[in-house]
Amino acid sequence: MMIIEEIMNRDIHTLGPSNTVKDAIKIMREKKIRHIPIVDEEEKIVGIITAHDLKNILPSTIKDDLNLTTYETTLENIMVKNPLIGHPLDFIEEVALTLYESKISCLPIVSGGRLVGIVTTTDLLYTYIELTGANKPSSKIDIRVTDKPGILSDITEIFKKHHANVLSVLVYPSADCKKNKIVSVRVQVINPLSIIEDLRKEGFDVLWPNLPGVDGP
Amino acid sequence: MKNAVFIYSPEQLGYKFSESHPFNHKRLLLTIDLLKEINALSDEDIVPARIATDEEIALGHDKKYIDIVKKAGHGLLTPEQCENYGIGTEDTPIFSNMHEASALLVGSTLTAVDYVMQGKSHHALNLGGGLHHGFFGRASGFCIYNDSTVAIRYMQKKYNARVLYIDTDAHHGDGVQWAFYDDPNVCTLSIHETGRYLFPGTGNVTERGNGQGYGTSFNFPLDAFTEDESFLEIYEQAMKEVFEYFKPDVVITQNGADAHYFDPLTHLYGTMKIYQEIPRLAHKLAHEYCDGKWIAVGGGGYDIWRVVPRAWSFIWTEMNDLPLPTGQLPTNWLEKYQAESPVPFIPTWEDPVTLYEPIPRKLEIKEKNAQMLTKALHIIRSEKR
Repeated sequence: MMIIEEIMNRDIHTLGPSNTVKDAIKIMREKKIRHIPIVDEEEKIVGIITAHDLKNILPSTIKDDLNLTTYETTLENIMVKNPLIGHPLDFIEEVALTLYESKISCLPIVSGGRLVGIVTTTDLLYTYIELTGANKPSSKIDIRVTDKPGILSDITEIFKKHHANVLSVLVYPSADCKKNKIVSVRVQVINPLSIIEDLRKEGFDVLWPNLPGVDGP
Repeated sequence: MKNAVFIYSPEQLGYKFSESHPFNHKRLLLTIDLLKEINALSDEDIVPARIATDEEIALGHDKKYIDIVKKAGHGLLTPEQCENYGIGTEDTPIFSNMHEASALLVGSTLTAVDYVMQGKSHHALNLGGGLHHGFFGRASGFCIYNDSTVAIRYMQKKYNARVLYIDTDAHHGDGVQWAFYDDPNVCTLSIHETGRYLFPGTGNVTERGNGQGYGTSFNFPLDAFTEDESFLEIYEQAMKEVFEYFKPDVVITQNGADAHYFDPLTHLYGTMKIYQEIPRLAHKLAHEYCDGKWIAVGGGGYDIWRVVPRAWSFIWTEMNDLPLPTGQLPTNWLEKYQAESPVPFIPTWEDPVTLYEPIPRKLEIKEKNAQMLTKALHIIRSEKR
């Protein structure tokens, strides 16, 4: 089970409540970030500023009524106060759910009253890429199965028979029918034909690249 | 100077896993016979292969791995002991003298390199090479030693050359790409079926190189069921822009012939048309940018009867400025091998027009590939502006 401290950014760029909009813009540009936690002297989080918040208050660049005083506004006036926070021991899927349901894009991670990290949607996307991607040379085989106990074991038995090293297995609901699941196996072989043949012999429905739009999973 | 040399020794056929294994170098014999039947290849064109030394192989591989391959091929290791090195698997089983056979394929590509780089020949072809999945310390996807990786390092060291590597195998050229991922003086370009299902799974457009080498890896992952027209559209545009951008001293092309409709392992649905066009453009651009310096190697290709001999013949006829072979295949050749072939031959150089049923959503696949091309070439195009 992956927890947040394994993926969170520990190199955090923060500002204080008395820093200005100008300071925030500078950091965001220089560090190429979109979120700045606002902390007090004890590194306790008191607010958060996002690139989106700044865009909302800044004057339009296509009009010439530039109101330069906006840039001097202190962050305590515009920051989101008491933002949602997470803990280093939170599970990644919990954090993903929080971001999704609250429609936010970042979660400051707090432990012992101090800000210790930050997680953004980008980090979660990266985790997704790692889970679904090919970290080692491998083929992917999608199998449509009936949702019943023991089916995974029947499948892996066939991979074992071929001494094929399985790198990852994802199981997710099939779009076509609630009774079915898709088992997506990443396996370290270039020639999956003999495995596919054996899976089919055992009655499995192997979705080896479908003609698009004809028999999609 | 000769136009082209054909590197071959019968010992290249010793790279053989088993009778039933899909990687089968009998394709070399089939191709040579076909070329001889049409009088395109004579014994004077053929240059024997040599065995690469351990030091040469070590340009691309871990010495410890070389040692494991040697011992495995001499029956000194069990498959379990080799497992961490990617050999002794169903893909890449242990076979007798596997080091010697693999070292010969590397040496063949080095011979090809020397002929071209020493000005003895404009072009050189080693169909026994192109084992692009071989990694520094690990065999992968039928490939033990990566002859292209070794050959590129050899060209850098011996000839101080700036090398462009082109890979049109249906599988991503991962071994070569990762070997030069940080190197700004080697550019790798791979066109392949998307890794969504197909081995090795990598070769996304976002793989562009790293550090100093950023912007010298190009990947063009094509959708399954791409077919000729979209394949060639992507190939031609990618080639033209990358040649112009990188300006290589020499080009090495990997000519896997496994993107064909008949290939059992892949799903790109190409026909002979792509194999006529691939060497044609490589040849033209090699003359435009590299003073003709072009080394071509083989690669994948698992329909060794109906696809590979025809496809690979086109490389050789192109190298020699011979007219594109058309019409009937030589009767002698068909008769000689038909009994052995498990499938009926296509009796002509071209594929029949109705090779397969039309693909639904053809236009969308073409459109998707075109979008991919734009993303993949983004770096070049934004730099030009």
